[in-house]
Amino acid sequence: MEQLRTIGRELAMGSQGGWGQSKEFLDLVKSIGEARSKAEEDRIISRELDHLKRRLADPDVPRRKMKELLLRLVYAEMLGHDASFGHIHAVKMTHDESLPLKRTGYLAVSLFLDERHDLVILVVNTIQKDLRSDNYLVVCAALTAACRLIGEEAIPAVLPQVVELLAHPKEAVRKKAVMALHRFYQRSPSSVSHLVSNFRKRLCDNDPGVMGATLCPLYDLILEDPNSYKDLVVSFVNILKQVAERRLPTSYDYHQMPAPFIQIKLLKILAVLGSGDKQASGNMYMVLGDIFRKGDTASNIGNAILYECICCISSIFPNAKMLDAAAETTSKFLKSDSHNLKYMGIDALGRLIKINPDIAEEHQLAVIDCLEDPDDTLKRKTFELLYKMTKSTNVEVIVDRMIEYMINITDHHYKTEIASRCVELAEQFAPSNQWFIQTMNKVFEHAGDLVNIRVAHNLMRLIAEGFGEEDEGADSQLRSSAVDSYLRIVGEPKLPSSFLQIICWVLGEYGTADGKYSASYIIGKLYDVAEAHPTDDTVRAYAISAILKIFAFEIALGRKIDMLPECQSLIDELSASHSTDLQQRAYELQALLGLDKQAVENVMPADASCEDIEIDRNLSFLNGYVQQAFENGAAPYIPESERSGVVSVVNYKAQDQQETSAHALRFEAYELPPAASQASISPTTDLVPVPEPSYYKEDHQMSRSQPSGDSLSGEFGLKLRLDGVQKKWGRPAYSSSTPSSSTSSQQATNGGVSSEVGGSTSSQARESTYGSKRQQATEVSAEKQRLAASLFGKADRKAQAGRKTAKESSSTEKVATANATPQPAKEQVIPSAPPPDLLDLGEPVSPSPPLADPFTQLEGLLGPASASPVVSETPASSTSKTPDLMSIFSDDVQTGVTSGSTEPSLGVNVVAAKKGPSLQDALQKDAAARQVGVTPTGNNPILFKDLLG
Amino acid sequence: MIQAVMIMSTQGKPRLLKFYSYHAPEKHQDLVRAVFQLLSARPDSVSNFVKVDAIFGPGAKLIYKHLATLYLGFVFDGSENELAVLDLVQVFVETLDRCFKNVCELDIVFNFNKLHTILDEMILGGQVIETSSEQIMRSVEEIARLEKQSNTTSLIPKSISERFSR
Repeated sequence: MEQLRTIGRELAMGSQGGWGQSKEFLDLVKSIGEARSKAEEDRIISRELDHLKRRLADPDVPRRKMKELLLRLVYAEMLGHDASFGHIHAVKMTHDESLPLKRTGYLAVSLFLDERHDLVILVVNTIQKDLRSDNYLVVCAALTAACRLIGEEAIPAVLPQVVELLAHPKEAVRKKAVMALHRFYQRSPSSVSHLVSNFRKRLCDNDPGVMGATLCPLYDLILEDPNSYKDLVVSFVNILKQVAERRLPTSYDYHQMPAPFIQIKLLKILAVLGSGDKQASGNMYMVLGDIFRKGDTASNIGNAILYECICCISSIFPNAKMLDAAAETTSKFLKSDSHNLKYMGIDALGRLIKINPDIAEEHQLAVIDCLEDPDDTLKRKTFELLYKMTKSTNVEVIVDRMIEYMINITDHHYKTEIASRCVELAEQFAPSNQWFIQTMNKVFEHAGDLVNIRVAHNLMRLIAEGFGEEDEGADSQLRSSAVDSYLRIVGEPKLPSSFLQIICWVLGEYGTADGKYSASYIIGKLYDVAEAHPTDDTVRAYAISAILKIFAFEIALGRKIDMLPECQSLIDELSASHSTDLQQRAYELQALLGLDKQAVENVMPADASCEDIEIDRNLSFLNGYVQQAFENGAAPYIPESERSGVVSVVNYKAQDQQETSAHALRFEAYELPPAASQASISPTTDLVPVPEPSYYKEDHQMSRSQPSGDSLSGEFGLKLRLDGVQKKWGRPAYSSSTPSSSTSSQQATNGGVSSEVGGSTSSQARESTYGSKRQQATEVSAEKQRLAASLFGKADRKAQAGRKTAKESSSTEKVATANATPQPAKEQVIPSAPPPDLLDLGEPVSPSPPLADPFTQLEGLLGPASASPVVSETPASSTSKTPDLMSIFSDDVQTGVTSGSTEPSLGVNVVAAKKGPSLQDALQKDAAARQVGVTPTGNNPILFKDLLG
Repeated sequence: MIQAVMIMSTQGKPRLLKFYSYHAPEKHQDLVRAVFQLLSARPDSVSNFVKVDAIFGPGAKLIYKHLATLYLGFVFDGSENELAVLDLVQVFVETLDRCFKNVCELDIVFNFNKLHTILDEMILGGQVIETSSEQIMRSVEEIARLEKQSNTTSLIPKSISERFSR
């Protein structure tokens, strides 16, 4: 009786509300929507979960109800609550023979579980069974679940069935089988590598959907190994051509574009296949030109295709005409009002300048606009572009801009990225050491904790080594300017630790070098640093070592300096520190204070941080001492390895002494031969005649900063480039004759040309501002121009020309296109471009060239017997004989038409009509919702608003 | 490859979550929160693209659409074309609109299983398999029809049906 009542209620619920869900679910959603706080929401959901737990375990619940309970569980888990108790119920439901329940079960398991979950093993069996089902929807559900749940070990269990399904009569199944196979390939390439040829087969599937889906795995395969797929270039080109010529069923049209997603995927594939391959690229120019000509810049998807074309062109073997077309489209993107298109334009520009750096010049103002745009995404993209086009002439402006931006952002991740880019650019292109140090100071000041510590050591090394030339004066000037700047900064609060380390080291090493500051002043500053960072042991260690050095230099110079009382107390404090490192340093300082001038000079030579340290590893100077000990009856030393029979770290270490790495686990403490440690630990009297051990210790302490010859420089890898100009983006491959940086300098000096070129570029600039409808900005501000000039390296000429030829501003696009040609370098380029007459963009391509059908060609690929060349046939017969895409799809087209007539709701027009103000529908829905009892709450005021409205 | 599809309300409530690359389940809410913070901070009339490598790992980008009270976000890596994904979102929304006639947030809340069905027809294992809204609708309707056919048995309590099936 109870059950009957439930069924009755169920039936009543089914019709209510029209959402096919029960009142309980509606109530749940409603109460969650009305919850005033997170705590209230949590209460509601945990009550719901308790309820679900009871109901799911209850054997008398109707199965239809089970479906809903499970969905409610999924909902609860989506909101972030633990529903793991129900996972097993989801697994059970996949066993159900009823289709809706099975599908719900699969949906729930694929949302709840993943391949690593323990319960998956229970699902694999079901998937295996369902893949053999007669019902294609069951097969589809199983394939979808397989994509998500089948891990590497389970692949063999289902692989045979999946491969069989590749030939399933239903295209939906074939499509999903292809994707499942692809997924398996991603998980474990080795287990399906023998089946890769299946993808080629599916490429000539009758259904365009399957063909389109097959492009995904092929793209991945081609990315990995383009060379074994070169034979498919012609086929891909032909498919693309036929797609672009609208020979696919119209149901694949999207916003009047023929199958745009397939086009994009094909363009991506061609970009990979044509990269650096002149012959393959030659096949592509024609169809690319076609697509450009048909390009539709009005719709989003049209622009997507054009953008993909640009990517393709910038990736394949360059062709001058193609590049021009790409550049033109890029400029359209950049001039657009849409932020999305500007973003794509910046990205496209970044690709094109790799081939031809001059293209950027034309768009300098647009780029600067993007840099000042409020849209953060666009700004970042623009910085990426600037990063790519940095050279020694504009590095200062770009890095300054980057740092300015870096200071203002809070996102740690991006701050780290941009800081490391600043460092990289500065290291690569720094015009002067002075500038480099200033820039690094800024970077460290604002993002010191985010930069790799390596950078800090590079900076210290640079200051220590100077220019590496004989110009000592410049070096010392550099150092004193560094000292000056650090003394200014050091008092500021909240300096990053790594920056403080640099400051301490530099002050200790060079603080008193030029005699400008007294030793006690520097010591005072260093004391302040140590005092201000009581918890940072590294900084304190650097500070105390720096103080030690200052004392040492003073003593060596024969000057007497008094120990400040607070400094003495610091030393006392550190002597009792928890850190043994700090203790050691403090004791060393105290020991050093008691030494005479001669000894100190040996222990701490002034400005010797760059000297190579010679370490006598045999400790031959101790031979006398050892001899004496022998004579006194001491036992000879037996190496540890011989004692224990184990290969010790020492031996191992001795082999690759050269590669002593600072960041790996360090074995030094153990590796020291016992004799040496005896010497250094032994009472202070021994310290005097033995400078090396203590110096070695210094090296040990500073090993992260001390440049000791080859071993370290090899490890740091990136050395600062000091030898001036280096052009980052070379000329394109086909114009290697012109020297790299000649273009801009030539023009700058060549008066006659320059005024003309300048005039046209400025009018171009003007046009771009017109294009973007910024009427108020008709006069580009002088500041912006200056920025542009410094970024793009055309300083005064541009500003002058801008003033002179202001009237030319109304000139049409002809000027813009003419603008591209007058550059002498470029004129040389065009005739030398290798593929002479592949196509002319201006003319429509004649339809005569033989249309090799991709499918017959593919058949040739597959079956070696039928590999007869299709191209040899006459064009007329080939088009008439060979079945082309159109005829293959003609069935589909017809069914499409008939079904369209029976079901009036198909077609684009209907959608468009629905988009309109169909208030009635919305009102009805609203009324229905109110009837059910779900009312829009304060939390969610426009709940019922039409999404597309 | 598409890494995730997220639909959330402008209040930050998740409405649909689907991950195609592995993210630990306990991290899902953090991801939702991070994405919501990002999106709610963005003004209108800026681009629909955001770099989310801080949230989803290197190279990840997010395309989003702000429709009425919802954010629809697709997360993907460098192998997809941004504008095309934007249109994929559009295809998805258009399909929803065909499916629900003037789709609104309530439809999405109550029929998220149907949304999953639609998404499964469009994206499988992170790859786009179908982009024709018409084609997707056709298969979804077919599924609904076949489900209805086999619906009758499901009203019987599972204890009884188990007895029968034995």
